[in-house]
Amino acid sequence: MTPKRKRLWLVVGSLAVLGFAATLVLTALNDNIVFFYSPTQMAEKKIPPDRRFRMGGLVEAGSVKKSADGQETRFRVTDTNKTVEVVYRGLLPDLFREGQGVVAEGSLGADGVFVAREVLAKHDENYMPPEVAKALKEAGRWKESK
Amino acid sequence: MADLHFLANPARFRRLSQRLLPSLSFATVLMLAFGLYLALIQSPPDYQQGDTVRIMFVHVPSAWIAMGGYGLLAALGASLLIWRHPLAALMARAAAPVGAGFCAVCLLTGSLWGRPMWGAYWVWDARLTSMLLLFFLYLGHIALSRAYDEPERGDRAAAILALVGVINLPIIKFSVDWWNTLHQPASVARLGGPSIHTSILVPLLWMAVTLLLLFVLLVLLRTDTEIDRRRLENAEQQA
Repeated sequence: MTPKRKRLWLVVGSLAVLGFAATLVLTALNDNIVFFYSPTQMAEKKIPPDRRFRMGGLVEAGSVKKSADGQETRFRVTDTNKTVEVVYRGLLPDLFREGQGVVAEGSLGADGVFVAREVLAKHDENYMPPEVAKALKEAGRWKESK
Repeated sequence: MADLHFLANPARFRRLSQRLLPSLSFATVLMLAFGLYLALIQSPPDYQQGDTVRIMFVHVPSAWIAMGGYGLLAALGASLLIWRHPLAALMARAAAPVGAGFCAVCLLTGSLWGRPMWGAYWVWDARLTSMLLLFFLYLGHIALSRAYDEPERGDRAAAILALVGVINLPIIKFSVDWWNTLHQPASVARLGGPSIHTSILVPLLWMAVTLLLLFVLLVLLRTDTEIDRRRLENAEQQA
């Protein structure tokens, strides 16, 4: 084997080992790397009340209710499998709306309602001009293939 | 003998780059002018983001180029360590700060987009964190290559770092698929084709080509300078 060959295999071998090690570490840390839990994951994990974490999903259509003073918002977050009730006091981001993705940080109350201290809007991967969005909605093809 | 070998290839490279640079600069300026028109004036606003979508025309190409630039560093590192290619070390020195610049632009523009859209300048999700790591890998490469009195030792150390850091590239790309992130999943390089309307996709791809040309242009220019610098240092040592 020429020295060049040897060095080539050394580099390829080291990278393979490194890649394998990185995979193991990332798999082991999976729980810490996810940014939020979906309602289904929340149910599986059985998170105790008062532990702070983030949860996320879609804001269920028709579920958003403002309190009389307009400061408190109640809505339901769903992953289409499980649904969690959320209550939040404060300003919501511009993109917050029904049917949109959302990530909330807070903790579960004793009654199972998620008390959010911060609400972030999640944007999806679809980009289009307003006219196209309108046309898709009118044609009844909204979000069917995406 | 080693010196002759060193001069042979870079000299050829230099002749080539000198021939390329004028037309490349001209093309970059023209494409950038038209690209900015497409991105800022001609293209429509997004149905949800409004005009904020225009940040993407700089943000996304910068991210691609920052990642591609790091891939280039890794390839150059491999060709230095395995084949001892004399030009590789010089080009890596030239490319690292340019890549770091694109990476910084990506992080800053993303942050400016995040505040109005998400409601936060920064969150520690997998995509943002791995992209920040890429920026630090670039900074590490720059620092390491300049950390020794003998430039060759710095070149070798930086080459090893470039190869180790390449593991981060698939992590960045697939972070949005492997873990729950706040960052949206891929819109262009995805199975099932792009999920961006043509009127927004065209300016995006145009800007991507333009900024890639800018990257190539800057790296060529800086490589020329590195060749001159190394020659000067060698001459000084012999004098």
